[in-house]
Amino acid sequence: MIRAENIAKKYGDFVAVDGISFEVQRGESFGLLGPNGAGKSTTMKMIAAVSTRTSGNLEVLGMDPNTDGPAIRSQLGVVPQEDNLDQELRVRENLITYGRFFGMSHAAVAKRADELLEFAQLTDRAKSKVEPLSGGMKRRLTIARSLMNDPQMLLLDEPTTGLDPQARHILWDRLFRLKEQGTTLVLTTHYMDEAEQLSDRIVVVDKGAIMAEGSPAQLIRQYSSKEVLEVRYGSDKNSTVAKSIADVGERQEILPDRILIYSDNGERDLAEITKRGHHPMTSLVRRSSLEDVFLRLTGRSLVE
Amino acid sequence: MTAAVRVSAATAPKRRFGGMSGGNARAVIERGLRATMSNNYLVVLSGFFEPVFYLLSMGIGLGGIIGAIDVDGASVPYGAYIAPALLAVSAMNGAIYDSTWNVFFKLNFGKLYQTMLLTSLGPLDVAVGEITLALLRGGVYAIGFLIVMQVMGLVLSPLAILAIPAVILIAAGFASIGMAFTSYMKTFQQMDWLPMVMLPMFLFSATFFPITVYPEAIQIMVQCFPLWHGVELIRMLTTGVVSSMIWVHIGYYVVMLGVGIVVVSRRLRALFLG
Ligand SMILES: Nc1ncnc2c1ncn2[C@@H]1O[C@H](COP(=O)(O)OP(=O)(O)O)[C@@H](O)[C@H]1O
Ligand SMILES: [Mg+2]
Repeated sequence: MIRAENIAKKYGDFVAVDGISFEVQRGESFGLLGPNGAGKSTTMKMIAAVSTRTSGNLEVLGMDPNTDGPAIRSQLGVVPQEDNLDQELRVRENLITYGRFFGMSHAAVAKRADELLEFAQLTDRAKSKVEPLSGGMKRRLTIARSLMNDPQMLLLDEPTTGLDPQARHILWDRLFRLKEQGTTLVLTTHYMDEAEQLSDRIVVVDKGAIMAEGSPAQLIRQYSSKEVLEVRYGSDKNSTVAKSIADVGERQEILPDRILIYSDNGERDLAEITKRGHHPMTSLVRRSSLEDVFLRLTGRSLVE
Repeated sequence: MTAAVRVSAATAPKRRFGGMSGGNARAVIERGLRATMSNNYLVVLSGFFEPVFYLLSMGIGLGGIIGAIDVDGASVPYGAYIAPALLAVSAMNGAIYDSTWNVFFKLNFGKLYQTMLLTSLGPLDVAVGEITLALLRGGVYAIGFLIVMQVMGLVLSPLAILAIPAVILIAAGFASIGMAFTSYMKTFQQMDWLPMVMLPMFLFSATFFPITVYPEAIQIMVQCFPLWHGVELIRMLTTGVVSSMIWVHIGYYVVMLGVGIVVVSRRLRALFLG
């Protein structure tokens, strides 16, 4: 569905995307995971043919976004990072007019709009204005809107950023259904749980470049250990304690507020540390996550 | 690609003008009408009355004092002299209001054009659609005004029926230039330039008196501005005093429209498909 070879985007002298390559297959759910400013939105815009790449080869649905914008977009669903619903129109009208932009018939848009209102759980808000909807509802409406043209591939830029946990779960559920129906999903996120929930395959991006690629499980296996022990000694003592326990575990990350110890057995390491007389204020043993992968790759956390 | 190619609900548009157009400006117009229906009825009406009030006050008030004005050797009552000018003004007002302030908001706050360009629409569709909407507004104002003129007995020639396509052309010219101007505007302060251009143009373009009262240099300047051509064009048609200059006036608006459409679609492309 997508073949990107070394694509780059410059804004003047500033390089927002610095030569990235990846492929997305039909039916796959593909995630771009990276912190703010990594170049995720810019990449999505190039795929959606609303941003002209500076260099590299890009093929979307067999066409070149630089010259076949309308034809590519007719087969895509796009959910941009910022809500851009039409405030002058009501909920259902938003779907209707959007479908008409694709050249669909009046009958077809009416039918599709009602199906999608149902899907987005917004049927009872059909005649409402857009403005009073909650953040979660707006997002669901934007997703419904992006599905009007029955797209072959859905692009979602940070679908749940800014939503409360409950709204996120509702949204994930909807997206999961689409995935089950075989829609190809491409999403960006800076939440590792979202990436884990929704993507079969992930690329980790930072500063416009790809750091790693694989399924969430593969990435964790490759770049992190099975378990992580988190210990806190208070911000002043963290670094001093760190020196005397540096040999515990396979690897450590010393953060301002805590020390992360990577190994296959967190409890054993905790026992070892306590035996040496360093009783942490709090401690936690957990499984490795994509957050740890990111930390390993870039030395920084995903969400600052 | 797998063998089973799914046929999407949207008909895939052909490549037109290198991705500039999806050939569906109609949907843009439809959206505009829908938005107008569900929102700002009253605002739409207000712009219509301004030239009507001028016609009533100046036409009846000043008309009594001034009597008739000489147009290319023919004597025309004052009311019938200013009415076609105000008709052109009403087409201009409608078109300019829609293509400047409304477009300014959609461009900078509503993100409407970004959204449209996420679909199979191209910048040319958006430009043509939005210009047509503004033109419709100007056309509706002007046709209403023409009816007022007819009722007041200010239409002197059956040629006046041609004033309808003429005002639509005038509205189209102003709409496309108005939108082209607005596509470069980022702040409210910049938008303040608009009345600085519109007001003098309204007052000096042979609206209320012939431009022969000015020195030669100012006459030439006035003749460079679009409204003068519109005023002269309409005046020829409603008074029946037609000369071959009519082709210059028509040509002026055709060029204005063409330039506007090209500028707007390029700007939209640069702004949202960069
Ligand atoms: N239109 C633009 N002009 C200049 N710089 C931009 C523009 N859009 C994005 N950038 C810059 O490019 C970088 C990547 O942005 P973006 O793709 O939005 O990142 P992300 O979506 O991963 O947070 C950022 O540093 C951002 O400031
Ligand atoms: Mg982004």
